[in-house]
Amino acid sequence: MEVPILKQGRYLIATIQAASSDEDLLQLRRALLDRVIQFRSRAVIVDVTALDVMDSFATRTLRDITYMIRLRGADTVIVGIQPEVAFAMVQLGLNLEGVATALDLEEGLAHLEQRARSSS
Amino acid sequence: MVNKKPANVPQPPSTQSTELLRELVAHLREHRTQLREEWASSITEAQLLTAMTKDEIFAEATSVYDNYVEALATGTFEALQTYSRNLSERIIPRGVETHEVVGIVLLLRDVLARSLFAKYHGDFTKLNRILDAYEPAANRIANTVAVGFVQERERVIRQQQEAIRELSTPVLQVRERLLILPIIGVIDPQRARQLTEQLLRGIRTNRAKVVVIDITGVAAMDATVANHLVQTVEASRLLGATVIVTGLSPEIAQTIVNIRVDLGKMNTVGDLQGGIEQAERLLGYKVIPIAETTAAA
Repeated sequence: MEVPILKQGRYLIATIQAASSDEDLLQLRRALLDRVIQFRSRAVIVDVTALDVMDSFATRTLRDITYMIRLRGADTVIVGIQPEVAFAMVQLGLNLEGVATALDLEEGLAHLEQRARSSS
Repeated sequence: MVNKKPANVPQPPSTQSTELLRELVAHLREHRTQLREEWASSITEAQLLTAMTKDEIFAEATSVYDNYVEALATGTFEALQTYSRNLSERIIPRGVETHEVVGIVLLLRDVLARSLFAKYHGDFTKLNRILDAYEPAANRIANTVAVGFVQERERVIRQQQEAIRELSTPVLQVRERLLILPIIGVIDPQRARQLTEQLLRGIRTNRAKVVVIDITGVAAMDATVANHLVQTVEASRLLGATVIVTGLSPEIAQTIVNIRVDLGKMNTVGDLQGGIEQAERLLGYKVIPIAETTAAA
């Protein structure tokens, strides 16, 4: 199932579903890279609240998305990682180095607002 | 332990040995006062049960003696088991050790055996048969009491361990969005896991942005523990919280550098106060003395 991307002002919000496959994530990556330029977005929020497991492929894809979006001139925040998922990830040695994370959508937006203020 | 294996466990003793045991029990009941005193004084002499007063020893000795004779008479050990459990419950908090309990039961066994020698020394065959009946039962009694004590002790230890574990991982909110997690004592993998889980749950329920982990109370740190700490920091970051580690002692700092754990991703501040101050800066708080605010206004 394709991951929906919502436009909210100058932000893009993508909510990954529990049933998303690897293919869906790759599709999300392509779609986000296009939309960032199309909408002149300042930042992208990827919401993973629904995921109860995050494997190495998902982790790597999210990291790649962040780096690629940065090259396209925008920020990325991953929001909604569950405590159990976070614990499992560090135990498996999966990290999201260099990727901004926040508790939930609200926190993610607050983080981006703050970053915009401090850079302007 | 010198105990022989308890023989003839389930099957009832033969009629002959039952008779002998009955005779034995009668003898022990008859000389109750004298034997009991003898036993109590040999306990004091052997410097056992030093945590208890003489009167207490005598009182306990009396009830142990009666239970002992009862067990010999009936051949059932349930009452004795219950009694030894109760006894252990009473004496463990007073610091009575396993060797003392085993010691006093073996002493009683010796005292009674000696009185049997004294009684039957004229008739060697009879003495032999009496001892045949007495020894397995006595060994089994000693076993029951000792095992009861050890089991009770283990139960107490388990209970205390649980209590310590629960008490040892408090996640405290000091300001809105700021948690502190003081760690005291030894961190083993199980505790590290519990710490991390509790902290992550705390971050979510309190919507924390900054966490100060204070490890002033951690005596030593090895590679495993350091890696646990790194994992905790990483996991917290995935939930969007910044972690500040405070209170690294000089020894721990040396260890960490020597074992080459990568603490580059970690914020470290000298002491808890500094950690909280930095956390406040990150959260945009500023603590001003009241005098200054009133002067400004």
